[in-house]
Amino acid sequence: MLENILLRMQEDLRRALAKPVADRHWGMVIDLKKCVGCNACTVACKVENNTPPGVTYHVVIEEEIGRYPNVTRRFLPRPCLQCQHPPCVHVCPVNATYKRADGVVVVVYEACIGCRYCLAACPYGARSSDLGQFYTVGQTPQVAAYDLQPSFEYGREWKRDPAHRWASPIGNARKCTFCLHRLEKGMLPACITTCIGAARYFGDLNDPHSLVTRQAASPQVMRLKEELGTEPSVYYLL
Amino acid sequence: MNKRLLIVLLIGLATLGVGIVGMIDRLSNGLVNVGWGTPVPWALWVVFYIYFIGLSAGSFLVSSLIYVFGFERFEAAGRLAIFTALVSLLTALVFIVVDLGRMERAFFIYLRPSFASPLAWIVWLYTAYLLLLLVEAWFLMRRDFAAGRQTGGLKGPLYRFLALGTREDNAAARARDMKVVRVLGAIGVPLAIAFHGGTGSVFAVTVARAYWYTGLFPLMFLVSALASGGALLTALAAFALPNGYRRHKDLVIGLGQLLILLLFVDVLMEIAEVLVSLYGTAPAHFIPIHDQLFGPNWYIFWGLGVGCALALPLLLLSTVGRKSALWAGLAGLVSAIGFIGVRWNIVLPGFAVEELPGIGQSFFEPHWMYGRYVPSAMEWQVTMFGIGLALLLFVVGYILLPLEAKEAPDSAPAISMEVGT
Repeated sequence: MLENILLRMQEDLRRALAKPVADRHWGMVIDLKKCVGCNACTVACKVENNTPPGVTYHVVIEEEIGRYPNVTRRFLPRPCLQCQHPPCVHVCPVNATYKRADGVVVVVYEACIGCRYCLAACPYGARSSDLGQFYTVGQTPQVAAYDLQPSFEYGREWKRDPAHRWASPIGNARKCTFCLHRLEKGMLPACITTCIGAARYFGDLNDPHSLVTRQAASPQVMRLKEELGTEPSVYYLL
Repeated sequence: MNKRLLIVLLIGLATLGVGIVGMIDRLSNGLVNVGWGTPVPWALWVVFYIYFIGLSAGSFLVSSLIYVFGFERFEAAGRLAIFTALVSLLTALVFIVVDLGRMERAFFIYLRPSFASPLAWIVWLYTAYLLLLLVEAWFLMRRDFAAGRQTGGLKGPLYRFLALGTREDNAAARARDMKVVRVLGAIGVPLAIAFHGGTGSVFAVTVARAYWYTGLFPLMFLVSALASGGALLTALAAFALPNGYRRHKDLVIGLGQLLILLLFVDVLMEIAEVLVSLYGTAPAHFIPIHDQLFGPNWYIFWGLGVGCALALPLLLLSTVGRKSALWAGLAGLVSAIGFIGVRWNIVLPGFAVEELPGIGQSFFEPHWMYGRYVPSAMEWQVTMFGIGLALLLFVVGYILLPLEAKEAPDSAPAISMEVGT
């Protein structure tokens, strides 16, 4: 079953990539009934994008219901919702962030001045500021290899170097890109492939035959803070 | 140099000395040692940035009372007001530049601005305002530069340079200069309202933060800027002008009475905001106000914001400050310092509410401190650098520049409205 869903989404992805960029609308549906709160998505995202301390593109928010020992838990995974009316974009004073034609909101690391207005403007807490910290540099005698490994966001190699804290992405705003660098190579986002319960669906919302569109069309979906008019591209299946 | 100036100079140098330690850290290690982070992206430096921007806008608008609206009673504080506006603006810009993650790219706002962003707008407006202040200050002091060309010591060559080749020092030239000052002042009034209202709008347009997202916000910003600038000028007129509160009794008390009005309007807005927000149950509106009043940092609201900025000065000004310039000046000083607390409570409560309930507990790493921001030592040091720089700039300018009109008053002959006297 799991393999089928991933293969199906892989096929959907291939079909979307054959279209011009402007005809795609990348979107995600997260089935909250299937989420067990394992945080595999958060970890996969950390590894894939090699994000430093204090920077996280993905979180799983937990809510406890009831009083011990009669408790149950509810989980809400939150990537960047890739709003179609993103409040973080207009506030940028230097045009360093924009919404691509395929709906993904990106940051131009070379242009970002690090004013963090976009962090203040995001209603979902989805943006992070890279303060130039490392997990092990200056903390442990041995510097772990992962601290110095590059990330491949936006299809480029970004090396964070403790000796050069003036080099991007240090000092910049950072955010989830739906793993754009993977998408462009025909791979699903890291959080999708890693989900142990197959609770996440990803694909082109502009394709009526894609699995993600079928899920998003369910009457059981909701989006976060709809009243703000941000039009997120991430739906939650209740 | 008189004793009081020496004390300010020494305090300035000591503050700057401590501050340099933090600045070295800031410049060599970037933002590694700050106490804020992703959940609280704007913190202490932004607080001081809006504090100084407010002082600048407020001092400038008070100066316009003299040069544009003809309040001759405040005449003697005119140049001081313009100079204070200039020093405060430069200090504010220092604070906001060190706050940037990539401060070497600050000029990108000129190269690739997005005018959909209020932040881009205000930087352009600050630039226009800085130029206007410089030109206005020059026209205001030009005749003293021209007259002081032959002074001995450092001042002679400096004034010769600052006079920019002009020599006239007669009534006609003075009248022309003051006409220019009046026009510039008149242009400056909407400019100051725009850039400071704009600074308020930077916060007010963020739909994500209900605490800021109100129409009242930019207005409160303006009113409290006027009040803080008025307070600072009252204090400066009393303690910075030579023999201030003794010689300029009428001026200091007059500024104090103006301050009553400004503080009163500020109190009114504050009450409106607090009562409306506390009445409802919506956490995004309720929590930021409730935390200010009853949270762990309650003393910032009650001690600095209410006590120092508003209540004590209002009490002093409406009693002993009506007769004594010394008390009026002290009231201004206490109020100007208290407004730092007001500024803190403009910025930080905006981040008091989690964007999504529970997000603060969803992740555990350094700097993931929802609602638990404490400024780091380095932040305080850099703040001291900024304040030390402001004091030093002020003292140097105070010694070198003709901040007190010598013989004839500055006011343009064209203005004969005797308002406020």
